[in-house]
Amino acid sequence: MTSIGTGYDLSNSVFSPDGRNFQVEYAVKAVENGGTAVGIRCKDGVVIALEKLVTSKLMKPNANKRIATVDRHIGVVSSGLVPDGRHFVVRARAEAAEWRKIYKAPIPVHSLADRVGQYVQAHTLYSSVRPFGITAIVGGWDSETEVPVDGQVGSGPSTGAGGKKEGGKHGGPFLYMIEPSGLFWGYYGAATGKGRQTAKSELEKLDLAAGTLTLEQGVKEAARIIYVAHEDSKDKEFELEMTWISSLSGPTKGRHEEVPKEIREEAERLAKKSLDDDDDDEEEEKKDDKMEE
Amino acid sequence: MQPTGMLGEDGIHVDMNHLKKGEVNLGTSIMAINFKDGVILGADSRTTTGAYIANRVTDKLTQVSDTIWCCRSGSAADTQAVADIVQHHLSMYAVTNDEQPTTQTAAAIFQDLCYDNKDQLSAGIIIAGYDHRHGGQVYSLPLGGSLHKQSYAIGGSGSTYIYGYCDSYWKENMTEEGGIAFVKGALSEAIKWDGSSGGVIRMVVLTAKGAVRHLYLPDQAYEGPGKQPKAV
Repeated sequence: MTSIGTGYDLSNSVFSPDGRNFQVEYAVKAVENGGTAVGIRCKDGVVIALEKLVTSKLMKPNANKRIATVDRHIGVVSSGLVPDGRHFVVRARAEAAEWRKIYKAPIPVHSLADRVGQYVQAHTLYSSVRPFGITAIVGGWDSETEVPVDGQVGSGPSTGAGGKKEGGKHGGPFLYMIEPSGLFWGYYGAATGKGRQTAKSELEKLDLAAGTLTLEQGVKEAARIIYVAHEDSKDKEFELEMTWISSLSGPTKGRHEEVPKEIREEAERLAKKSLDDDDDDEEEEKKDDKMEE
Repeated sequence: MQPTGMLGEDGIHVDMNHLKKGEVNLGTSIMAINFKDGVILGADSRTTTGAYIANRVTDKLTQVSDTIWCCRSGSAADTQAVADIVQHHLSMYAVTNDEQPTTQTAAAIFQDLCYDNKDQLSAGIIIAGYDHRHGGQVYSLPLGGSLHKQSYAIGGSGSTYIYGYCDSYWKENMTEEGGIAFVKGALSEAIKWDGSSGGVIRMVVLTAKGAVRHLYLPDQAYEGPGKQPKAV
């Protein structure tokens, strides 16, 4: 990099003459080497999936989970420096708990993303800290029904509240991605880590904005995308970690939970099958090429 | 003056002197009800300093956000301070979270303040609000700081005289006219029997159309709303 030796990358919070903050850009580099993480916002829930690279054969399979629950209805996964991700989760949990203490209600997903986003951004401002070496994906479900105040007694009129507008749409699935700069946007599909480019192009094919993909389809797609994105670094072993948050009428009842083993394994089986099929197609194409010669 | 807040030898202590000498008290009749299209808040208008009526046209119905109001009873100073703090929190909530606070949010903040400072405060508050998602809601927050969601709530010294009235005449899903008549009837009785309540009857009707104030005067036997002020 041309900037080496100019001295503008030695301290956090120092701009280069052309207005860049190199420390933040190096933090992004740390993310680019992490295992791929994917989030999909489906019409009736959110799926979070992670390609967890196995760093040692001595570690217990399916232990050491990397997708964390922040509050009952919110899950977080990050790619990059694992300890930074752990600290991010600690902060996110503190924010969610603080919200509950004041408002006696679950924190809306966008408010949680906003608060942790500010925290991450603050780490680009001071020379005593370094930026977060992670990009985090935050997924959750804001209740579509009325939420009582935590600890409230009684339930109001038996005939229901007066003047309530029926049929209004409230709450639903939400997905945000927070970068080392503290920047965050809401997404239909989010991907980060080593295989993000492949994952993003796969996510684009799903036409998530149409809002037709169901949570069950989403789980299968998420698993497939992690497997496709892993193709390029085939040498390393990995585990697929997957969690979801459904609507109140869905399988998790608005909670963030691990995808059950049977459903995950079925999704993995289909993912592997689709990869094998693609390989066959490629071979056939090659044959076709030869015949044309 | 007797020491306050301490238990007597028998383990019982009723603090009759919870107000400081000369402190203004809202010896009060307040209520809020759910009706077909939203909520109605009502209150008398008497503020006393001992036997002296410090204000005969007090407004005990206080707005804390666009569509959330409260009825205040107890110490005028305490309840004004609490309502001011809640109003501040709710306005901050609206800008930082890009959405209007719900009645639940208001009730939770009121409870947080009133429970955490229960030893210092003398405040009995009824919170009522309207929003499209939840419709009209009424929460009662009595002295200890517990929070109760109710169909209707009555409070203040005058409320003790109208438990029977309200229980007899209460109907769910009343029309606006029915609701106003219910609140007016109940508060008229409370004012009649309670020496610490009196003056005019103030009301706020909260619906999808916004907040509308009503005023009923004793020299007209609380009949008719008279000249209607413009919607707030």
